[in-house]
Amino acid sequence: MYSASDLKKGLKIEIDGDPCMITNFEFSKPGKGQALYRCKIKNLVTGNQFDKTYRSVEKVKRCALMSRDFTFSYIDGDNYVFSDNETYEEALLSEELLGDLKNFIADDMKVEILFHDDRALDITLPNFVEMEIAETEPGARGDTATNVMKPAKLANGYEINVPIFINEGDTVRIDTRTGTYTDRVSKG
Amino acid sequence: MSDGCIELRDAMMQRIRAFFYERDFIEVETPIRLKIPCMELHIDAEPSGDYFLRTSPEIFHKRLLAAGYERIFEIGKCFRHGEFGPLHNPEYTMLEWYRANADYLDILADTQILIQAVAGISASTWQKITVSEAFVKYADWDPIGHYDEDRFDLDVVEKIEPALKALGGPVVLIDYPVEAAALSRRKPHHPLVAERWELYIDGIEIANAYSELTDPAEQRRRFEVCAEHRKVLGKTVYPVDEEFLRTLENMPPSGGVALGVDRLLMLMAGADSLDAVLPFR
Repeated sequence: MYSASDLKKGLKIEIDGDPCMITNFEFSKPGKGQALYRCKIKNLVTGNQFDKTYRSVEKVKRCALMSRDFTFSYIDGDNYVFSDNETYEEALLSEELLGDLKNFIADDMKVEILFHDDRALDITLPNFVEMEIAETEPGARGDTATNVMKPAKLANGYEINVPIFINEGDTVRIDTRTGTYTDRVSKG
Repeated sequence: MSDGCIELRDAMMQRIRAFFYERDFIEVETPIRLKIPCMELHIDAEPSGDYFLRTSPEIFHKRLLAAGYERIFEIGKCFRHGEFGPLHNPEYTMLEWYRANADYLDILADTQILIQAVAGISASTWQKITVSEAFVKYADWDPIGHYDEDRFDLDVVEKIEPALKALGGPVVLIDYPVEAAALSRRKPHHPLVAERWELYIDGIEIANAYSELTDPAEQRRRFEVCAEHRKVLGKTVYPVDEEFLRTLENMPPSGGVALGVDRLLMLMAGADSLDAVLPFR
């Protein structure tokens, strides 16, 4: 258990069984009154944000989060199935939980999955992935300017802006943290 | 730290001292290390060897009032254990002044003129609301006669302070429940109300004032209740300060106030955290 005075921004705590994170924290002490700890809290499962004020005598449950290394294996309906690198146990992550990241998952990709008890909360992909451009307007020959962008589509339909010199069949590097083009790996 | 805050503090200190000298107050210095800190429920003193650092100069100012000094002020560092945040620093500068044969309303009049002189906020912009009115209006209950400490503190932070911030400018929250009287006296004919006010400017608490409690028997009872309560909370229990209780027997009716100098400076600098005005934080 944490004491209210241990609370700080970024701390993970458990509320009603759900893992939560303190996203903003302020010490407050009104007049001659008791110390109060005003927190903005994000539920890490639902994403809901809410305010909560703790009194100094209150105890707050610690939240045991653990990261494990997995490898992507296959898609089963709406779920992406990963297998534990050590135990080969399978973990299912829903398309919804993956959000846009699902577009960057490739065969045998090594990922890190964050668990609260047995519940997967979050996934971290490699920072960069290489993907092939499936569809884009032809590039202007000789124009290697990187500041003029045009839309392009990956094979899975994900839309991304690429420089004007990129052609269909080119392989590009994408930053999975921002979902944006980084550079060209090879020509198609 | 923001640019110009060192100079702004210097100018502010000069204006504060000028204000008191013009009004025949004398500046006093009182001990920073104390054998017995003033017992308050939620204020913890920082130990310093066999002593404690003062959480306020209040006790000694009352001894000076009892000794016949009628208009006194002090600007000095006070220390409170564990208080750190945008509006708190464990070491901070307090301005306290006291007047004999005066009450909290006389002190309020002083404060309005001081704030005008120092921060340029016109006294005509001040608003005044009783604790009872504020709670009925913003928190749907009246703590006078129905005091509940936890509910009171939470509502001050979550409802009252945001409402006072929305009102804007200086707002005086006045006439506290007697349970939150601390060292203030009861209002004549209203035993559930204590003559205490707090000044908020833009929702930030700046000063706390009392018509001082001078009844040694009631003061002893309050210390004893407070000691019991601190024990339950697992806090250090300070001994009852017998010398202070004897002092009260000779103390004239008085009004006094403590004003947070760093917070006032913060407001004058247009900042929302003490980070902007404390160069060594």
